[in-house]
Amino acid sequence: MAHFDENAKPFGNKWLDERIGLNTLTRVLQTEYWIPKDINFLWAMGMVLAATFGVLLLSGIFLLMYYKPDANLAFDSVNYTIMTEVGYGWLWRHVHGVGASIVFLIIYIHMFTGIYYGSYKRGRELIWLSGMALFVAFSAEAFSGYMLPWGQMSYWAGMVITNLFSLGSIEAYGLVEWIRGDYVPGDAYLTRFFMLHVLLIPLVIIGLIVLHFGTLRLPHVNNQEGEDFDYKEAADLYKAGKVKESKVIPFSPVFLSKDIFVMGVYFILFFYLVFYNFEFAMDPVNFDPADGLKTPAHIYPEWYFLWSYEILRPFNKDIGLIAFGVAQAALFFLPFIDRSPVVAPAHKRKLFNIWFWALVVIMIALTALGKLPPEGIYNDLGLFFAVAFLCMGPLLVWITIKEKNEMKGA
Amino acid sequence: MRELKILAVVTFFSVLIYILVEPFAHSQMHKHVEGHNFTYTGEADIAEASDEKKAVKEKFWSEVKTIASLKGDATAGEAGFGMCMGCHNGANMNMGGAIPPNLDHAGAIYDKNYLIALIKDPAMASNVDHKYADTMMHPMGSVSSMFTDDQSIADVVAYLLEKKAGEVTPKEAYKEACVRCHAMRYANLTQLGETPKFKHEKDALAHKIKVIDEQDAVKAYMGKLPPDLSMIIRARSESFLETFVENPQSQFPGTSMPRVGLSAEGYEKVKAYLTEIGDPSKPERERLGPWVLGFFIIFSILAFLWKKEKWRGHH
Ligand code: HEC
Ligand code: HEC
Ligand code: HEM
Repeated sequence: MAHFDENAKPFGNKWLDERIGLNTLTRVLQTEYWIPKDINFLWAMGMVLAATFGVLLLSGIFLLMYYKPDANLAFDSVNYTIMTEVGYGWLWRHVHGVGASIVFLIIYIHMFTGIYYGSYKRGRELIWLSGMALFVAFSAEAFSGYMLPWGQMSYWAGMVITNLFSLGSIEAYGLVEWIRGDYVPGDAYLTRFFMLHVLLIPLVIIGLIVLHFGTLRLPHVNNQEGEDFDYKEAADLYKAGKVKESKVIPFSPVFLSKDIFVMGVYFILFFYLVFYNFEFAMDPVNFDPADGLKTPAHIYPEWYFLWSYEILRPFNKDIGLIAFGVAQAALFFLPFIDRSPVVAPAHKRKLFNIWFWALVVIMIALTALGKLPPEGIYNDLGLFFAVAFLCMGPLLVWITIKEKNEMKGA
Repeated sequence: MRELKILAVVTFFSVLIYILVEPFAHSQMHKHVEGHNFTYTGEADIAEASDEKKAVKEKFWSEVKTIASLKGDATAGEAGFGMCMGCHNGANMNMGGAIPPNLDHAGAIYDKNYLIALIKDPAMASNVDHKYADTMMHPMGSVSSMFTDDQSIADVVAYLLEKKAGEVTPKEAYKEACVRCHAMRYANLTQLGETPKFKHEKDALAHKIKVIDEQDAVKAYMGKLPPDLSMIIRARSESFLETFVENPQSQFPGTSMPRVGLSAEGYEKVKAYLTEIGDPSKPERERLGPWVLGFFIIFSILAFLWKKEKWRGHH
């Protein structure tokens, strides 16, 4: 049995160390969790995401105290009770709404940072995979949350998205009904999405965040040059007081101090949006109560799903669904589609650099087109960019194999 | 330096996405309707009208213009106003589809030209003449047979603009202009006006039945129950609301909602009420916003200083 000092002050440093290994934990997770020095503020996006998730959790708990998951009461419990009667209810709601939208902007920045610097390779595959699992979980969380105010967009977006599960020509309407708990979205539908939104998916997200952090610990985060150096050597140098020469810094407090500065700036933007420009995150159409007899003139998902939606839309329903599935899966398995061992920023990788910026442009174009009415030129452009997106996978295979061969040749 | 360059790139793409999915997408989704600042000359009505109707409308609105140039005599108008009171008597009784609204502030919320047009021919003024084969069928239609000469119309309107133009609250404006068709449940308003508190459930239920009867009558008149407007201020854009209230046909050709004929000031009052009920946190947002932003600005400055201190000697 381990030795316990009888005289240690309860809850003092020694007392805790003997019981939960406080000093080891502090070392492993903070003071000797080495982060490369050569990184920029994009590496703070992970912590910004964690903070935003915290804000969503907190504001969500406040909303949960007054929300009523009932098709007859939901709309008014949100728009009247929370917005008018509850003190600062409007603030929690706007924080939650803006948070849910802006978290995706940060997720996309975080993902594209990973792609740009090749941070999903050389031991970091699991970071990417757990990250993608988080992306899927956040998407499900956002979708289920969007159902809760039971407005027109909740209802009709819910209708359109759950219809996808009829799987095109397979016509699996039984599956659709099973998901909805009814023929059309109704009370059963609302209460199950409520459960998913406030319990199951948040639990999954918390678990995935722990996993994501776990997958980061051993490979360490990447750096601006993709340099692969000896962490032990660098850490020893740091510990010996040669902080200037060492290539690493401890996560806490040195890296954290920068994270917190970046978070501060981020929260200025965040609360600017909460107070002065929240409309983008709270679609006007959803302030009309759900009405199953009145289809809105335009049905579109929130902005962060638009690129996926636009991959679905220009094709007939079977090809659309397949294209949609392929696009999601391709992103998931990026570490295995990229065949080159090179870990370096895109601007040092010629063809890959072009590929990267083309991907950015294609995804932005798809996002824009996803919201525009599918008429005339927008239809043609939608088809063009959807096909272009699908070509990006094979192109990456080709580019990276070429890169690999050139490396061997050199 | 490099960090700033990266920040510029990230900002550029974020703003680009924002512009594309918000202002640009909305400009493509909704048709653009030009407002005319709540003046009523019939211009839009004539432009929209079918060829056979064009001439009638042109004549109608030019007569309105003639009457508008007459000098009305408010004292003489008082007698004429007595005829209006035959229907607009505050009895809160449905008359041919809707409850004739209280006219206590008619001079303050409606436009002069519109009032003239309304008395001359309500269906034409409201731009819903396509619903009626002849004017008399409009619930207020018989008014045109009561005021057959131009001067008497000018007099009644002068009376309204002088004697019925007192200070009006946003709530009164809404109740006079919209509530006969549009309930507002977040403000405890139905088509019958404010719902009183009842001691006995039986009375509450009896009142509810009266509300349902009234709604049925409005539904029969309009073809559908006009929507509750509690949240409309957040559900529609500012420009949509403005141009829709000015001339419903401009946004929904063929809609049964009649033009209401508010003046710019009248609309401001109605809008203030829609905002008060549908977006009540606006004043608090404006009060609290600067403090929260100030907090995070100071927080960021302190965090920056802390970071500088921690990174000293690292580069
Ligand atoms: C035969 C009954 C009757 C008479 C007489 C009558 N009204 Fe009306 N009035 C109505 C009814 C019914 C409505 C509601 C119609 C509607 O909403 O479609 C109405 C509506 C109105 C409105 C609001 C209309 C709008 O478009 O916003 C005004 C203003 C008005 N009346 C003024 C007058 C004036 C002024 C007179 C006298 C010159 C008058 N009314 C005479 C029955 C009458
Ligand atoms: C005589 C009845 C009547 C009056 C008075 C009236 N409305 Fe309406 N309103 C309607 C009807 C009917 C509709 C439904 C129109 C449709 O869907 O075609 C409607 C619809 C609306 C809509 C929703 C349009 C949409 O996008 O679906 C708004 C906003 C509106 N009215 C505002 C007002 C305001 C503001 C007033 C008062 C200034 C007012 N209305 C007075 C009958 C009325
Ligand atoms: C939504 C919740 C998420 C949280 C809270 C989160 C958090 C973090 C944190 C704290 C880091 C370390 C610091 C940093 O490099 O930014 C990190 C790194 C990383 N994350 Fe995430 N992340 C999330 C989602 C994602 C997603 C959706 C992906 C992409 C599929 C992803 C992929 C990565 C990768 C590849 C790294 C390593 C970066 C490097 O090595 O440079 N993460 N994440």
